Amino acid sequence: MSELLNSTEINIINSNGFEGILNEKLKSEALTILETIQFPTTRTEAWKYTRLGKISNKKFNVQKGDISNISKFQISKEATTLVFVNGFLDSSLCSSEIPNGIEFKSITNSTIEFGKNLKLENEIFHSLNTAYATDGVYIHIKANAILDKPLQIIHLLTGEHCIANLRNVIICEKNAQAEVIQGFFTENAEESFTNVVTEIIVEENSHLILNKIQYEDESCYQVSTEQVDQHKNSTFTINTITLNGALVRNNLNIEVNGENCTTNLNGAYLLKGNQHVDNHTLVDHKVAHCESHELYKGVVNDKATAVFNGKVFVRKDAQKINAFQSNANVLLSDDSTVNSKPELEIYADDVKCSHGSTTGQLDEEAVFYLRARGLSEKSARKLMISAFINDVIEKIQNEEVKLFVIQLLQERFDWEK
Amino acid sequence: MQSVIFQFYFKMITIKNLHASIDGKEILKGLNLEVKAGEVHAIMGPNGAGKSTLASILAGREEYEVTDGTVDFDGKDLLELATEDRAREGLFLAFQYPVEIPGVSNINFLRAALNEIRDYKGEEQISAKDFMTMVREKSAIVELDAKLASRSVNEGFSGGEKKRNEIFQMAMLNPKLAILDETDSGLDIDALRIVANGVNKLKTKENATIVITHYQRLLDYIVPDFVHVLYDGQIVKTGTKELALELEERGYDWIKEEFSK
Repeated sequence: MSELLNSTEINIINSNGFEGILNEKLKSEALTILETIQFPTTRTEAWKYTRLGKISNKKFNVQKGDISNISKFQISKEATTLVFVNGFLDSSLCSSEIPNGIEFKSITNSTIEFGKNLKLENEIFHSLNTAYATDGVYIHIKANAILDKPLQIIHLLTGEHCIANLRNVIICEKNAQAEVIQGFFTENAEESFTNVVTEIIVEENSHLILNKIQYEDESCYQVSTEQVDQHKNSTFTINTITLNGALVRNNLNIEVNGENCTTNLNGAYLLKGNQHVDNHTLVDHKVAHCESHELYKGVVNDKATAVFNGKVFVRKDAQKINAFQSNANVLLSDDSTVNSKPELEIYADDVKCSHGSTTGQLDEEAVFYLRARGLSEKSARKLMISAFINDVIEKIQNEEVKLFVIQLLQERFDWEK
Repeated sequence: MQSVIFQFYFKMITIKNLHASIDGKEILKGLNLEVKAGEVHAIMGPNGAGKSTLASILAGREEYEVTDGTVDFDGKDLLELATEDRAREGLFLAFQYPVEIPGVSNINFLRAALNEIRDYKGEEQISAKDFMTMVREKSAIVELDAKLASRSVNEGFSGGEKKRNEIFQMAMLNPKLAILDETDSGLDIDALRIVANGVNKLKTKENATIVITHYQRLLDYIVPDFVHVLYDGQIVKTGTKELALELEERGYDWIKEEFSK
């Protein structure tokens, strides 16, 4: 197997004999693509502001890791939890009891056929994932099941130049209701790489919330794709909080295929050092009578860069769509960068859509005002930054998750309580 | 006996020969002023005389460059202190244009400020209960709705509410010296009375107030012990409240004529 891999054009993964988990047909299709494909450059529109040299110049190993204590990564204490280390389920760290009405397990133990809906052509990270995925979570919430506790997946990465290719599937059947928390963390990891694809089906009249927290080491990379298929009368909410990582790219592709759907996309990113975080979102309104709300806010310091590219598609027959999109950024230093590109592409004529993008600095007059009341400059700035980002944090309904995010912020940015 | 009396009249702030400029343009040109505890001073003057510049410099705005002179604030060299330390030492500026700060709760920031001030003085933090009691008491002084007190700082407040919020904050922080920069601007007569009453209620023998204003109207409510006329960067005339009435009647032209070079 590894010999075959070495003959391919894209040669960044050393599989160490681990077999990919997808079916042979998809794997070979992906490998064929990898023989001819190149890493996208900034001339490729979708990667215009994100250089991939940090990833394309390296060789990553598929390699199991060992982490014994996960208490500090436990976003929610009450949730039912699965833990993956370097892309493999570590059953010794998982919750032992799984609630009724659901399947929540390693995807290698499921009989589901998956992967067909993901585009491979010209998609190098999808192809890499399809060829090499070692494991992932399979969540299947049965019809009418209403979960009273969230499901939590903790992805851990450890070691130098390791790669975790994860393939997740989440199916939320008719009338079901669930919350899924995904946390990405590292321990003693250096220049390692997480490449994760999650296929999500939100069936008729179901409600799914996905809280995603990215807090990997400042030297690590992540490319993450959520491919969402929303059926009629459903609600899908995703909150993406990115606080660490050298290079993070999030691809959110949401196809709204049924009427009367609500889609909420919230994102917050607070960056420093040399971090680069790129959020690409696509909401594709294919049918009428739906609404989508998108709010992304970021604070960028030092030499960090944030990219936001949010696209809303309204197809020809998708009338009566309400689609709102907003991206706001604060730059805290002279060397920080934001590239924000909101896009609306509308082919229907009876819709209500808006988008807005702002990038500015902290209001110095407000900082002075707060200082004139006795607050230190540091406290004043902290207060204003947290007020700015709080619009997004407040969208997280789960109090445990919210508190965890606030704790991470305090830890990472040395904020006092 | 005399020493006891003198204790009540110690110098709060002494400004000597203050020169200051912004973008190379000199605004204050040798200003002298002394304010003692228990006193109310009004500073009046035509537009562009340097009234707001004086307030800005005392509060520590960094755009201004002090080129000469000294400011002694209750024994401390004020010009050496950072803005927040001036506040912690007991100086308060009521802004002419209070800033709207979306998302920052009025009372949360005041509690943080109060605790940082207490920390600076080596005092204990205020308990949540005591703080809320204080908010209720002090917001009543300026008839500020408790709901407004807990909203985002000045966001969506009317002009009058913003100025009342300034005096509410003053009440919470209990400063030694309050500088009210054009607090009367944009107020209707009812709001003016409420704000002025608030200021009067906060007046004690131990604190002092500098009222900067363009019009005499406010001084009907906040009665000054001294009225100074600031013109072309200097205090050119000092009198009692009658001087304010004279200015109201005659305008500033006679001052300009008398003192222009």
